[in-house]
Amino acid sequence: MAKRVGMEVSIAAAEAVKQANADVVAAYPITPQTHIVEHISELVADGELDAEFVPVESEHSAMSVCVGASAAGARAFTCTSSQGLILMSEIVWIAASLRLPVVMIVANRSLSGPLSIWNDHSDAMMLRDCGWIQIFAQNGQEVYDGVFNAFRIAEDHRVLLPVMIHMDGFILTHVIESIEVVDQEVVDRYLPPYKPLYRLHPDDPVTMGAFAMPPLYTETQMAQNEALKASYGPILEAWEEWGELTGRHYRPVETYKMEGAEVALITMGSFSETASVAVDEMREEGEAVGLVRIRLWRPFPFEEFRKSIRGIKTLVVVDRAISFGGPGGPVASEIRSALYEEKDRPAVVNFIAGIAGRDVSPDDYKRMIRRAREIAPVLPEAYEIYGVRE
Amino acid sequence: MGEGLLGWKEIKPGCVITEAGNASEYRTGDWRSDRPIWDKSKCVKCGICYIFCPEAAIEEDEEGYFYANLYYCKGCGICATECWTGAITMVEEGKAEDG
Repeated sequence: MAKRVGMEVSIAAAEAVKQANADVVAAYPITPQTHIVEHISELVADGELDAEFVPVESEHSAMSVCVGASAAGARAFTCTSSQGLILMSEIVWIAASLRLPVVMIVANRSLSGPLSIWNDHSDAMMLRDCGWIQIFAQNGQEVYDGVFNAFRIAEDHRVLLPVMIHMDGFILTHVIESIEVVDQEVVDRYLPPYKPLYRLHPDDPVTMGAFAMPPLYTETQMAQNEALKASYGPILEAWEEWGELTGRHYRPVETYKMEGAEVALITMGSFSETASVAVDEMREEGEAVGLVRIRLWRPFPFEEFRKSIRGIKTLVVVDRAISFGGPGGPVASEIRSALYEEKDRPAVVNFIAGIAGRDVSPDDYKRMIRRAREIAPVLPEAYEIYGVRE
Repeated sequence: MGEGLLGWKEIKPGCVITEAGNASEYRTGDWRSDRPIWDKSKCVKCGICYIFCPEAAIEEDEEGYFYANLYYCKGCGICATECWTGAITMVEEGKAEDG
């Protein structure tokens, strides 16, 4: 039977990597990801996880080791944050283009500068277009479950793409939560050993990472884009089966108290649980407010998102990253573009909030909704940075 | 577009190449704008061109003279630069006597 254990979410993530029986873990420590790597290295040193733990000299090497290991047919895992992600980014793109099922947790943290170790989504958004499947977790249970889901999705021969699990730094990584730990037997049933479609082996030599001239490159990009879009079905299947095994059902877009709502908050990541508290309180006060939470960021669930907000007059999109000089936060940009062809478009009000770990409380969401009601009818600015001092 | 080129559905996942050594099929000679021409009266058959060619595109004939395999020769001109007797001249494509 599954049991509930109070543990730090980073430790839960590491335990999931152990239960998923990763073969190779290559990582470099960086705040706020460090506890995950530390715990995995302990598990390997103590003989609890039979894996090669490679304490590399940089994140660029961490992803390079994962690419090499995965190409040789190993189940490979890494995790990083912020500056580490930006340093490894060259190889992140290559992992996707080689269609290698590496799994990575990104403990989201703001990018320098100024130097900040605190949480926002600027690191995630830098790699928005890198070709990985990207999932935003809202709590510790989703991170823990997400590791199994990620390997299962990534290694599906209809998918064969790397998966990034985004978990908010500190807000999730350093919090102790009640986690329902899944029995090993359930994990083993859900996640069979990885069988590569192609691998580097002297018995059957192949070339990976070859050069492509202009007459071929466009076709390679089309193939990669179609592969990412086509992963949508297998992602849903993997989540459905997990739901049957554990009772926890995940969807690409999740709605909360959207029946009869006029205004909807749109959030990603750990914002969502706090926002749901604000929605509860506002509903008690008689306000027609709901919440839509985007879990799957890539491939973006356009249809499911459009369905989730049908009939809503005002969307309040809360972004955790700035697109300097751009049209708003990255999530709001995506949503505006998703709605452009719709006949009855809602007003989209965009707040950028919670940058570099600044708290966003239920009262803040209430203020954002009040502010959105004021400005939505009068063609608002593309976005406002919430709570910024003059 | 591109007769004989792969369509996107024909590309294997990750652009993997399952046939070993197929780089030799690639006609790098298509890149060439100048081609090397040998003046046999100056050539002393030393083979310095053969050694320096970065593409291994220079071959030796039955008499011991050297020539470029134009399927691979990119026209870089390293052979002409290295030839110490001045036997190799780079000639613009289309202006060489034999085409």
